[in-house]
Amino acid sequence: MRYLPHTQDDFQVMLQEIGVSSIEELFSSIPEQCRRKSNLQLDEPCTEWELNSHMRKLAKQMPDWDECSAFLGAGNYEHYIPASIQHLLQRSELYTSYTPYQPEISQGTLQSIFEYQTLVSGLLGMEVSNASMYDGASALAEALFMSLRIARRKSTVAISKAINPLYREVVKTYFRPSGFRVLELPYLENGRTDLGPLQGEEDLAAVAVQSPNFFGCIEDLDSTQQKIQDLGALAVTCFSEALAYGLLNPPGKLGADIVCGEGQSLGISQSYGGPGLGIFCTRQKYTRNMPGRLVGQTRDKNDNRGYVLTLATREQHIRREKATSNICSNQGLCATTAAMYLASLGGTGIRELAELNRDKAEYLKEKLLEAGCSIPFSSPTFNEFVVKFPSNFDYEQTVNKNIIPGIPLGQYYPELAGHYLLCATETKGREQLDNLVKEVNK
Amino acid sequence: MKDYSSPGTTGLVMHESLLWEKGKQGKKGYSLPKRDVEHYPLDKQLARENPPLPDLSELDVIRHYTRVSQWNFGVDTGMYPLGSCTMKYNPKTNEKQAALPGFTNAHPLLPLQMSQGALRIMFELEGFLAEITGLHAVSLQPAAGAHGEYTGMRIFHAYHQDNSGTKNKILIPDSAHGTNPASATMCGFKPVTLKSDSQGVISPDAVKENMDSETAGIMVTNPNTLGLFEDHIKEISEIIHSQGGLVYCDGANMNAFLGIVDMQDTGIDVLHINLHKTFSTPHGGGGPGSGPVCVTRELEPYLPIPRVVKENHGYSLSSDFQSSIGKLHSFYGNFGVMIKAYSYILSMGQELEKVSQTAVLNANYIRQRLKETFRLPYDRPCMHECVFTDELQENYKVATIDIAKRLLDYGFHPPTIYFPSIVHGAMMVEPTECESKDEIDRFIQAMAQIAWEAEDEPNLLWSAPHSTIMKRLDETTAARHPHLTGDLKGPE
Repeated sequence: MRYLPHTQDDFQVMLQEIGVSSIEELFSSIPEQCRRKSNLQLDEPCTEWELNSHMRKLAKQMPDWDECSAFLGAGNYEHYIPASIQHLLQRSELYTSYTPYQPEISQGTLQSIFEYQTLVSGLLGMEVSNASMYDGASALAEALFMSLRIARRKSTVAISKAINPLYREVVKTYFRPSGFRVLELPYLENGRTDLGPLQGEEDLAAVAVQSPNFFGCIEDLDSTQQKIQDLGALAVTCFSEALAYGLLNPPGKLGADIVCGEGQSLGISQSYGGPGLGIFCTRQKYTRNMPGRLVGQTRDKNDNRGYVLTLATREQHIRREKATSNICSNQGLCATTAAMYLASLGGTGIRELAELNRDKAEYLKEKLLEAGCSIPFSSPTFNEFVVKFPSNFDYEQTVNKNIIPGIPLGQYYPELAGHYLLCATETKGREQLDNLVKEVNK
Repeated sequence: MKDYSSPGTTGLVMHESLLWEKGKQGKKGYSLPKRDVEHYPLDKQLARENPPLPDLSELDVIRHYTRVSQWNFGVDTGMYPLGSCTMKYNPKTNEKQAALPGFTNAHPLLPLQMSQGALRIMFELEGFLAEITGLHAVSLQPAAGAHGEYTGMRIFHAYHQDNSGTKNKILIPDSAHGTNPASATMCGFKPVTLKSDSQGVISPDAVKENMDSETAGIMVTNPNTLGLFEDHIKEISEIIHSQGGLVYCDGANMNAFLGIVDMQDTGIDVLHINLHKTFSTPHGGGGPGSGPVCVTRELEPYLPIPRVVKENHGYSLSSDFQSSIGKLHSFYGNFGVMIKAYSYILSMGQELEKVSQTAVLNANYIRQRLKETFRLPYDRPCMHECVFTDELQENYKVATIDIAKRLLDYGFHPPTIYFPSIVHGAMMVEPTECESKDEIDRFIQAMAQIAWEAEDEPNLLWSAPHSTIMKRLDETTAARHPHLTGDLKGPE
């Protein structure tokens, strides 16, 4: 096998050196009753050729993306990834290294993550970012736990029903054994969150809204976050489409205490939902309550600027059961990808790209309205929106034509049965948008 | 003549400033598609000014990351014997398979009939992992090892609630990784620390003494963090089970067991494995990883949803499991990582057993060759890794940290240091199966040379490393005055 380098001779010499007569002897401390009773029931090793053809066959059981146009968002977005980034990601010094525990030989990872922290803080208008978490959903759950740590004696958090339902499910999983209460806030007729039910709620550690929310609607963060803070709670803003902040007012500027969400849009491939990138930012004063790894700037013995993992006393390997979280890694390569992507776009480019995303979606929205669809929520949207197709529209048949017209919402919101969440990014040419409209017009 | 036996040297190393120190407004490193729709202005109140990100050209970005990457040491650069991290070779064909456009462009909420290839990979990978571990059912959803531990503890919690009621304690040996107590705490369990015995393993008596009806079970690591097989695992499991508890195994060290140990027969109820360790997927400078969880038949109903199921017409995703602990990831876990592990298992097939045999051989070879040079606190055959200490070098006021830093000059990544914390000045060496005898010999030679230097020229160690781009960094100041965000407006 090409990954196993020893020759027969090597085996003999090494066994001799160790002073045993067979490999089996090395395993003699394992009692018989713990041993496997049979050989591994796996096939013969595949050659590289066989593997190529097997995997190609499986990949063919996925859509042919030259032929298929999917109008799917809901937390995972189709954006163009420049060739330059795909190329850079093959730098094996970056992807074959471990957590940068030895900073002298990990400055590549460390500087990249410091830059990532800085760029996403800038994008979201926040003071500090951690080195990233698993994904948007777990970042939200961790943000709510962090709020409870900061608020100490309080035991309730409220989350908007307009937050991605998959994220809310994860929050519920994380909270079930905790004894804390999770309130769900309804959404208004215009698609934004209704904070009304919070009046008089005194036990609130945090209130989380998503913007753009699951329906694509841009929340009025300015007034929402003010109201949340008036209730004495921390304002948590989450997001699933990071690119929106190329255009939208950043939550940090509008008073958010914690901003967290999914960064897959920033140059990371869709990959059937993972790996993604959990972005997590907060205000400086809450840094020590933050979960996750952090990279900080420092100096070396020769007074050169360099970077290290820092504030590890919050983390599990030092604090064990008293840690701010059990997380012991970050999405290092995904965070680096996001930084590469943000650096490639720049402040000018990301603004243009974000505008283009919104414009494609607005165009589609306009044409669908003309074709007889209804748009239930009136709030402004970014690159996603909810639509109700005319009654004669055939979803399945459209899928069979390799056009996937959004995600059916009835499974998440029974009251929205028959409604679909559509997404159009910069990757959709006008012709593809028009083709979808044609299907509706039939 | 120059000594070419160790790879450490100094070459041309380029300086590179921070991204925003190179930017100039108006540059572009991205090709925007042509605008074919009109502009729909957004309400001014909702819009921002341009984000404060530097504008760079494409070549600026390429050079930036090429240069900083050269300051990094990876498995492709050299031997990386970082204990408990299993820094094995990351096969390139795995990367190629995961990059097939059919997979990379796949939206997770695609109609099921359009996702059959992805679902089949997940279903088969679950089957492979069940076969390899001996356990009954698998969830691929956890995104990392610690996430897998958390999943396992949630399963403990749910199982006890359904059966004997809430329990509030959990036994964890003192040699465990810090994530174990942290994960257990997040599920409402208070960790009770078990002291390892003089042989470096958990003694059944210690378990008996601490196990009671309030205790949810035990979290063990096997092989443990000293690289030793937990000799009494079977007996310990029986004690735990007899009092209604469950046994969790942290499978970070599974690389010793492939094709050799049946985890179910050792009494394990829940096991997490790290695809990024045992199954060759890259560590990516800290992630993304993947931490699947394997369970017994009895605990299968608790696995996270949705689950991949095979039906007559093909594969499907089902959330129809009443007892499930719920969902832990936005979608199904790190699918891109799963493809790589799946490719690896197909490439190795039945030869996976040789992986563990070779890994264990390599570790014992190092143990044997260096045990006169560095103190070996538990002098007995090890599994896939061995732990030395700096006790002999302390006589010369040289500590583990100095040995580790000096090793950088020789072109090797140091072992895991100061862990497990029960061993003073620990150096935990895990060579993996991928290193050749020649490479291992060079490592041994470098360690021996360093031991000699410690005695003769300790200054070389105290001031190490000498040939890296950075010298030792001031971590104290970094923590005391945290500087976590650069100034996008100007030079640092």
